[in-house]
Amino acid sequence: MNQNSKEKLNGVFASIKAEADRRFKQMKGDDRHNIFIGMATCGLASGAMEVRAAFEEALSETKVNAHIIPVGCLGHCYAEPLVIVDKPGSPPILYHDMTPGKARLLVKAFLEEGDPVFEHVLGAMEENDTIPSVLEFPRFSRENKIVMANSGVIDPEDVYQYIERGGYWALVKALTLAPEEIIEEILESGLRGRGGAGFLTGLKWRLVRDAREEDKIIICNADEGDPGAYMDRALLESNPHQVIEGIAIAAYAVGARRAIIYVRAEYPLAVKMIKNAIDQSKEIGLLGKGILGTNFDLDISVFQGSGAFVCGEETALIQSIQGKRGMPQPRPPYPSQRGLWGKPTVVNNVKSMASIPPIIEHGARWFRGIGTAKTPGTAIFSVVGNILHAGLVEIPMGVTLRVLIFDICGGIPDKKKFKAVQIGGPSGGCLPETFLDTQVDFDSLTEAGAMMGSGGMVVMDEDACMVDVARYFLDFTQKESCGKCTFCRIGTKHLLDILERITRGEGREGDIELLEDLSLDIREGSLCGLGKTAPNPVLTTVKYFRDEYEAHVREKRCPSMMCRALIAYYIDLEACARGCDACVGSCPTESIFTTEDRKKAIDQTSCVRCGECMTSCPPEYNAVRKVSPPALAPKIERPREG
Amino acid sequence: MVRLVVDNRQIETEEGATVLQACLDNGIYIPNLCYLKEMDSPPGSCRLCLVEVDGYNQPITSCTIKVKEGMIVKTNTEHVRRLQRTAFELLLSVHHVDCRRCPANRSCELQRIAKYLHLGVKLKRFEQLERRVKIVQDHPCLEYVPSRCVLCGRCIFMCQRENGQAMLSFARRGLDTVISFFGEGDKARATCGQCYACVEACPVAALLIRNAHSQ
Repeated sequence: MNQNSKEKLNGVFASIKAEADRRFKQMKGDDRHNIFIGMATCGLASGAMEVRAAFEEALSETKVNAHIIPVGCLGHCYAEPLVIVDKPGSPPILYHDMTPGKARLLVKAFLEEGDPVFEHVLGAMEENDTIPSVLEFPRFSRENKIVMANSGVIDPEDVYQYIERGGYWALVKALTLAPEEIIEEILESGLRGRGGAGFLTGLKWRLVRDAREEDKIIICNADEGDPGAYMDRALLESNPHQVIEGIAIAAYAVGARRAIIYVRAEYPLAVKMIKNAIDQSKEIGLLGKGILGTNFDLDISVFQGSGAFVCGEETALIQSIQGKRGMPQPRPPYPSQRGLWGKPTVVNNVKSMASIPPIIEHGARWFRGIGTAKTPGTAIFSVVGNILHAGLVEIPMGVTLRVLIFDICGGIPDKKKFKAVQIGGPSGGCLPETFLDTQVDFDSLTEAGAMMGSGGMVVMDEDACMVDVARYFLDFTQKESCGKCTFCRIGTKHLLDILERITRGEGREGDIELLEDLSLDIREGSLCGLGKTAPNPVLTTVKYFRDEYEAHVREKRCPSMMCRALIAYYIDLEACARGCDACVGSCPTESIFTTEDRKKAIDQTSCVRCGECMTSCPPEYNAVRKVSPPALAPKIERPREG
Repeated sequence: MVRLVVDNRQIETEEGATVLQACLDNGIYIPNLCYLKEMDSPPGSCRLCLVEVDGYNQPITSCTIKVKEGMIVKTNTEHVRRLQRTAFELLLSVHHVDCRRCPANRSCELQRIAKYLHLGVKLKRFEQLERRVKIVQDHPCLEYVPSRCVLCGRCIFMCQRENGQAMLSFARRGLDTVISFFGEGDKARATCGQCYACVEACPVAALLIRNAHSQ
């Protein structure tokens, strides 16, 4: 395929761009108010649908010329539902934690009467004289949005809004270049696969381009399955066109005419958005036959996976598309040599694909200026758990965990102490406080014992029991093992059984060493990445929190007092108020009884350690105590009935 | 012909052969369960045929690596043995050991590997795992004993090879993975060419010809 004439391409694209500009002008019309409502899954889950209905109802009763524009996700999950109100004469204002009531209030007070209702404002979307701008918040100022730049500000169902903001310009530019030049540019940019392994994207493309087979295939991997990671979903729901544009550039560069987006069926909104986006792009000649008047054809289809975690592994994913059971295959041959239906195949993650258009548009040198020397660009993390401002964060590679957790995401709520952060999903590792100054990039995290993975990040405060955390993740990987190879299928189950035993207080001398030995063997012996990384939560928690394991095994004590079998509740008779019975009704097993001097006590034989009594005890008495090991609780006999 | 050195012994083999096949052809045994000579791309799932090859920083499966001129292979290093021992013990921890009454007794691959690795068939490090295996025992001509099965997949491969289409398959995931057949639960739909290549290929007598009288 030869490069295409710049003039001709620009000419064809100019008419599309003109249409986008025309629509934008109309949208920004003189007296028109625009209400942008975040309607990605996160927004919907927090009630964006009800907020929208309230806006619609209120608007129907007013004369204000206002339009509702559904947009995607800004990444600020802690503040959903989010709404941006763009009123002529005022800077666009971002409102947080919206409710139907606030929606009605905004229409009346702000749209009709001009009062921006300061108490519900998160910030203005641009610098101005009256309202503090969100750009002054560390969350906004330290972020550097390349991949998510348009997420949450454009309507994902309207291709023209993407084009108006510069979308598809990179594709036009790419089509004027020779495929080899594009690959060179991507290689030069140092972009590493954002799916977790960090392989150079450009190198992968070159291998496929150089493969002898004529027919080549592109697969975009959107089979995101880590608990707590949802950036791929957010991206597909918020700005599917950037992903499509990246795929189109990749296809042109390697010489593919077919591309498949593998997305899990549990992401119905993402599936809907991406399908709609493909149709729209086709309609205006950005996909399909003879793209933008060139002889480059590309057909993109969507394949819905059934949600097996292992299908995120590229060889298992390929099996799944072929209609086979999703089981990983030994590599070599790599998919770039023999992939889908035996053809050379590029498998790239959603975020890698979405990184392509900005690189082509601004150049490799610009991209290298962001992030670190070894890992240029940005990383998207979904920061969840015990964290004040949970959500999706896009930061340059190389930012430290401390900055990310404490500055950008606001730190740990309720004045509790930081304990650990699990990075890279169930295959990642748990890092303690001493690693907070680690930079986030592929190599530093791997060196620390965690991994970049897909970018899931679970922050844990002092109340987390690390043995229980390891047990939780092993429970997941064990269930998601495809059952093919011995180490993963049986080995992870043994790890889980030992961990469960320890949390039940039945840990034995030698268990910790057995966990370590077996983990190392599983890591070395397993067939695919899932098995090789499954022991990571065990290895890192044993390494950094060995004292907790030892307390469980030797003293039958859970230092965080989380493992139910190792704790007991009792009522401090000094603090308990005579005659008060707030706790009695809260107990689901009727284990609280009245002592001879009319105070309360807990019958340890029937107590299920739910902790409800502790919650219900009035703060002025605060008489319920939690101890580990259970033997520390004083024994008080329940008086005989009658 | 390609020449390579295995455990300090020089052997010769055809180009394109796997290291495992080359060794087996030259009388060098490497423990294996899921491999069959006829396979073009072995599944590499049992993880027993590990060897150390110069140039690789950790043991790799000899069934998935092709021979190269001058290759130096070691089949019996400490590292290899450690992983093989663990893999074997793991397999044993889900295997119902009852050799005396097992039809595979004396021809069982697990027994052979245990002997080769100087291991018993009794669990020491790990506890016996209970698999929640409920299998519909209604195949028209085969009997499947999941508590013996090592999930090597040889039966599936042979069925595919003999009949052009495998009528057996893996089902479920994780520890609950079993061999299942198309038409499970509905005798009328179950098909079987009755070639019994699967039974022949099974290393542990987990698949047997259904006795007409044993309903």
